[in-house]
Amino acid sequence: MKNTDFFDIKSLLTEEHKLFIDSLSDFVDIEILPVIEEHFLEGTYPSELTLKLAELGIFGITIPQEYGGAGADYLMYGLAMQELERGDSAIRSFASVQSSLVMYPIYKYGSENQKNKWLPKLASAESIGCFGLTEPDFGSNPAGMLTNAVKTRSGYLLNGAKMWITNGTLADIAIVWAKLDGIVHGFLVEKGTPGFSAPEMKGKHSLRASVTSELIFQDCEIPEENILNISGLKGPLSCLTQARYGIAWGAVGAAIAVYESAVEYSKTRIQFGKPIGAFQLVQEKLAYMLTEISKAQLINFRLAQLMDGGNATPQHVSFAKRNNVRMALDCARIAREIHGANGILSEYPVMRHAANLESVLTYEGTHDIHTLILGQHITGIAAYE
Amino acid sequence: MNILVCVSRVPDTATKVFVGADGKSIDPKGVKFILNPYDEFALEEGLRLKEKNGGNVTAITIGSPEATEILRTALAMGADDAVLIKGDNLDSYQVAYNISEHAKAKNYDIIFAGKQSVDFDSGQVPSLVAAMLDIPSISVVSKLEINGATLLAERDIEGGKEVLEASLPCLVSAQKGLNEPRYPKLPDIMKAKKKPIEELDAKPADAKVSVISMELPSKERVGKILGDSDADISEIVRSLHEEAKVI
Ligand SMILES: Cc1cc2nc3c(=O)[nH]c(=O)nc-3n(C[C@H](O)[C@H](O)[C@H](O)COP(=O)(O)OP(=O)(O)OC[C@H]3O[C@@H](n4cnc5c(N)ncnc54)[C@H](O)[C@@H]3O)c2cc1C
Repeated sequence: MKNTDFFDIKSLLTEEHKLFIDSLSDFVDIEILPVIEEHFLEGTYPSELTLKLAELGIFGITIPQEYGGAGADYLMYGLAMQELERGDSAIRSFASVQSSLVMYPIYKYGSENQKNKWLPKLASAESIGCFGLTEPDFGSNPAGMLTNAVKTRSGYLLNGAKMWITNGTLADIAIVWAKLDGIVHGFLVEKGTPGFSAPEMKGKHSLRASVTSELIFQDCEIPEENILNISGLKGPLSCLTQARYGIAWGAVGAAIAVYESAVEYSKTRIQFGKPIGAFQLVQEKLAYMLTEISKAQLINFRLAQLMDGGNATPQHVSFAKRNNVRMALDCARIAREIHGANGILSEYPVMRHAANLESVLTYEGTHDIHTLILGQHITGIAAYE
Repeated sequence: MNILVCVSRVPDTATKVFVGADGKSIDPKGVKFILNPYDEFALEEGLRLKEKNGGNVTAITIGSPEATEILRTALAMGADDAVLIKGDNLDSYQVAYNISEHAKAKNYDIIFAGKQSVDFDSGQVPSLVAAMLDIPSISVVSKLEINGATLLAERDIEGGKEVLEASLPCLVSAQKGLNEPRYPKLPDIMKAKKKPIEELDAKPADAKVSVISMELPSKERVGKILGDSDADISEIVRSLHEEAKVI
């Protein structure tokens, strides 16, 4: 890691981890950073990156090689998300959705046919996927979802609407969560299925380089074999645990980007005849950021060990997502402040990250919902029910 | 096609280097080492050739056991196997001798190398290897085309370019621009773990030169800052002419 790594996490990595993050770090510097501000300003997803990311092996890092994945460990996945989000949260979001929210449920709950049909294509990005759980009226409380499926002679009839769906408009395959006889089930809905549309949502001030969409189902009939073999909310929640793990790492990448920009700026910006980094108030901010980033890195490294050992709980993941995203957002705001007026310009990465992290704080379980998950873990009392 | 790529482990050009206690080597402490950038072009060209024509790419390096690290990088980029010949502080002749001794037994169709290593910049090894093997050598190549047993190579020369023809087997040293080296991909990195690295001790050969001393650029060469008055400008011209001797 040529970037911030105060406690030398790098020395704990294998040769493979190091090779991959070095490769990815170059990719972020050379392919993502030069184009991302423009895409952010235009509100477009840099689609030219998708195939390159697939070639690098970003999609399905933990999925076995027989299905086109890399068969690597969770530590590798985490490190990769950290690097990608040092580029932009939108790119990391794309990777999280494709890997954790689409490939993972197909791998975990799909039939052998579904796995063979979709996983290699998703790994190579020949197909893009999306994950539809949130609805206009049900965000933190997905159990209340209205989208429903009815059994027909040859399959299922879907009706309802999803909102805030990353990559919805781009997707060839949507993993849609809907109630069948009152119980949540997962369905694979292919692009072009009659009765299914996915218009893009416009007007975002955050995650502007990511496509966010509605999914609309009007008497959308899907074949019998397109159902996943899992019932109840634990299906989608297990996917979210995977994605949140990646977000906990990714957020640190965003924090590193804004911190490094702030360090550089505070050494070169002269006020009152000195670099602003010479002032104690600025040093305090930098020390705070380095401390918080390093703590988050240590949490992530331990969490990766737990994930790889099969001992991580959803509460561990909530802890890390909650802590690290809030930390990254705080760093982005502080870094923005250190950059003064320049901090709002696209010449520096700080405002973009600050804006992006507002979404990251909310999606995949809001900060407060993760607080309540921990609260329930501590007290045994669920405050959100 | 049977392809050999010569690679070396060099300090990252972005790291600050210091001279070691012996006064004639780089102190490796705190230095990040990388695959020599020109060797990346060489390796990429070898890999593309193999992808087009089939065959095998072997990466070879002569150096300390730590050089295994860059062989892993080469394997992760797609080389099929690698050879580490262990020997420290060898001169260009000894390095070339060991590469050619390895190559003699293997019948490579083509040997690639970077045009120079960015650590010591001698630029001697490629030509020496070719001479020892008695095969043609084309240096500083920026474009390469192979048809059957014939090879067309383009070189940038002052104010233009030159096209050369040679027949295989041949040695080609790579210049920047020959291609766009790939980023190591995760699936290849995972596969690289299982690829073989053969380790041998360097065969003895007498060094032709030895390093007497090494030093950092002298402090006097550190930049001077002058103002923009006429007198300052005359001073700049004078020091460029008399001290730096560049005009
Ligand atoms: C850019 C973006 C991309 C997204 N991508 C996807 C996607 O790909 N797929 C998908 O399914 N969803 C996606 N989402 C949706 C996201 O997961 C939801 O926005 C999130 O779950 C929160 O739901 P909500 O926005 O409806 O907020 P609400 O649930 O309405 O929450 C509003 C506020 O109330 C608080 N709150 C709610 N309930 C409680 C409670 N019991 N106690 C205390 N406080 C509470 C929340 O913490 C929050 O602060 C995305 C969202 C964004 C912004």
